[in-house]
Amino acid sequence: MTEYNFAYLDEQTKRMIRRAILKGVAVPGYQVPFASREMPMPYGWGTGGVQVSAACLTPEDTLKVIDQGADDTTNAVSIRKFFEKTAQIAVTEKTAEATIIQTRHRIPETLLTEDQILVYQVPMPEPLRFLEPSEVETRKMHALQDYGLMHVKLYEDIARHGEIATAYSYPVMVEDRYVMSPSPIPKFDNPKLESAALQLFGAGREQRIYAVPPHTRVVSLDFEDHPFDPSKAPHPCALCGAEDTYLDEVITDDAGTRMFVCSDTDYCGARCEAAA
Amino acid sequence: MIHVENLAKNFTLHNQGGAVIPVIAGAGFEVAPGECVALTGESGAGKSTVMRILYGNYLAQGGAVRIGGLDITRAEPREILALRRETLGYVSQFLRVVPRVPTIEVVAEPLLALGQREDVALARARDLLTRLRIPERLWALSPTTFSGGEQQRVNIARGFAHRYPALLLDEPTASLDATNRETVLSLIEEAKAGGAAIVGIFHDLEARARVADREIDVAAFTPGLS
Amino acid sequence: MTPLLEVQALTKGYGGRIGCSDVSFTLYPGEVLGIVGESGSGKSTLLNCLAGHLAPDAGRVIFDTRADGPRDVLAMSEPERRMLGRTDWAFVHQNPRDGLRMRISAGGNVGERLMAVGARHYGDIRAQAVDWLGRVEISDSRIDDRPSAFSGGMQQRLQIARNLVTGPRLVFMDEPTGGLDVSVQARLLDLIRGLVRRMGLSAIVVTHDLAVVRLLADRLMVMKDGRVIETGLTDQVLDDPQAAYTQLLVSSVLQV
Repeated sequence: MTEYNFAYLDEQTKRMIRRAILKGVAVPGYQVPFASREMPMPYGWGTGGVQVSAACLTPEDTLKVIDQGADDTTNAVSIRKFFEKTAQIAVTEKTAEATIIQTRHRIPETLLTEDQILVYQVPMPEPLRFLEPSEVETRKMHALQDYGLMHVKLYEDIARHGEIATAYSYPVMVEDRYVMSPSPIPKFDNPKLESAALQLFGAGREQRIYAVPPHTRVVSLDFEDHPFDPSKAPHPCALCGAEDTYLDEVITDDAGTRMFVCSDTDYCGARCEAAA
Repeated sequence: MIHVENLAKNFTLHNQGGAVIPVIAGAGFEVAPGECVALTGESGAGKSTVMRILYGNYLAQGGAVRIGGLDITRAEPREILALRRETLGYVSQFLRVVPRVPTIEVVAEPLLALGQREDVALARARDLLTRLRIPERLWALSPTTFSGGEQQRVNIARGFAHRYPALLLDEPTASLDATNRETVLSLIEEAKAGGAAIVGIFHDLEARARVADREIDVAAFTPGLS
Repeated sequence: MTPLLEVQALTKGYGGRIGCSDVSFTLYPGEVLGIVGESGSGKSTLLNCLAGHLAPDAGRVIFDTRADGPRDVLAMSEPERRMLGRTDWAFVHQNPRDGLRMRISAGGNVGERLMAVGARHYGDIRAQAVDWLGRVEISDSRIDDRPSAFSGGMQQRLQIARNLVTGPRLVFMDEPTGGLDVSVQARLLDLIRGLVRRMGLSAIVVTHDLAVVRLLADRLMVMKDGRVIETGLTDQVLDDPQAAYTQLLVSSVLQV
């Protein structure tokens, strides 16, 4: 397939994206604007993540793509095939074997290492957006660290529901400076944002890239008397028996029978194999 | 305590062809601590105007008014406010208060404004209201709904709440019955005994004769009358 | 005594039109200054320049800051000015919708300034919100209701609570009783007076209502065509106005 440049995007575009990534790494949590390209897939399908992955990939890389923790869903399969076709790189479903992992809405259960990059697909990069509709104003709020409003949202949660009801896209403070949206990962994954791996966030429609470099301090916002609680469903995985993983609830028949299984298919599969 | 020198006051009516009406000229007198001076003269002679100038309510065009060492014709507004808070009291003929504030607080307010403790201020207010025969059931109500005589007594209680070294009284005994009139006169006598310098307007001749040490006819200061 | 606020030759134009011109005054701690004038006289422009909402063309606004003493507000950086705006200063808008977050509960509205300056204890924030709702005579059973469910007078009182919760020293008020029923106005005025006295606040109140300034303000500034034409003690300016325009203004008030 020589018709495509390596990893689809032209070299100038990849350089432009890499510059944005470098700036993001230099200013952890800060949303760097970039000239997002039209990709051969609709917005909302991971155009931001795909562009970031394309800019990071080298021919030696091994790519893993997950959607809600699973390697075998439509979105994950399509993106994996896209890069197989346009970059001829190796792909894998095993977290430990991958050098670049593109993800939608999860962080893998297996701890990541310094040799890995985790690329998030981000629909809405601005954590303040639903509180303050003006982009001019939210940028000013970030610049001035004017973050009172973010806690007002958490206050409202407690006043209304007795606890902080935000269960995903749970806002974090990065390196005591920027409030950041971790993308719609479950808050269960928030503690894993402090990682040995480089984490890059790409929002295609909103044209923003941001980053959390390895070993950066990432604190989930909370109140002293209502501390952050990652919470999980009170069940073990029905397949592998793990008690410390994020679970999907699966309805198995029309009578409402359900089971709870690991959302991370690779992690669950590996445990089942080891047990067998 | 109160020194008035060569005082002049004109009203300039800009909206009536700029007419200038001289109302006071060359007024001068002094009031010592413990002394009560009555301003006399027929209606329209300028008694109330003099009182208002002394209180800083009207601007003078010339001369000086020194009260407790401050020339109020040249003082900054905040200096006059401090003087009114600490030194200079004024019992006008009409009660002007914020609607909805209870009578007891209206009376205690001058003391609270001085930073006195609330219980001390309220005790003094209760004492004065009792002496002036305002029934206790009215204390928690706003005086705006009271009768003229009751309002006048609330006004007096408020004016005497703080023991001002200088006091201006505009018809303090008007519209009072004999018993209440007696109470007000004894309040004035107590203030004098306490060293207050008092300037008053009294149409009630008997009252004037009883409390005033001297009389000053303001007609002498009124251009066109003297 | 150091003035709390010293304004020197403040000027703001809109293109060729004058907003306010060469305004100077000094405000001392505990003083309430009223600014009156008809619509278009420049009083709101002046207030917005003072509060940092508009950038004046010339002049200085020197505020006695808690930490560093007198400083020119206009020369401050934006973060410093914002910090001032949520600690030492308060701004009460004429329309409560401009000063409240209508989709956030009353408690959240009061708590926002506390959280903006670092409060992170939900129980404490809520306790302070309850306390302040009480001070402005709003039942604590309404703490989780949104202001959109409140009457106009309650919204205005909520706005005041939201502004005063961080213990500011200077409050800017733009027609605080505008658009309210007379009986509601009286209650609000009484409330503001009590708060001003108990907290030792200084305030600058812009209004066209002379009855409001007579009850609230110690001193008065009369504006016309962007300029200050008369200043003095409130009762003196109202009872013995000197300038032609002030005489007209005072004599135009309907008697009831």
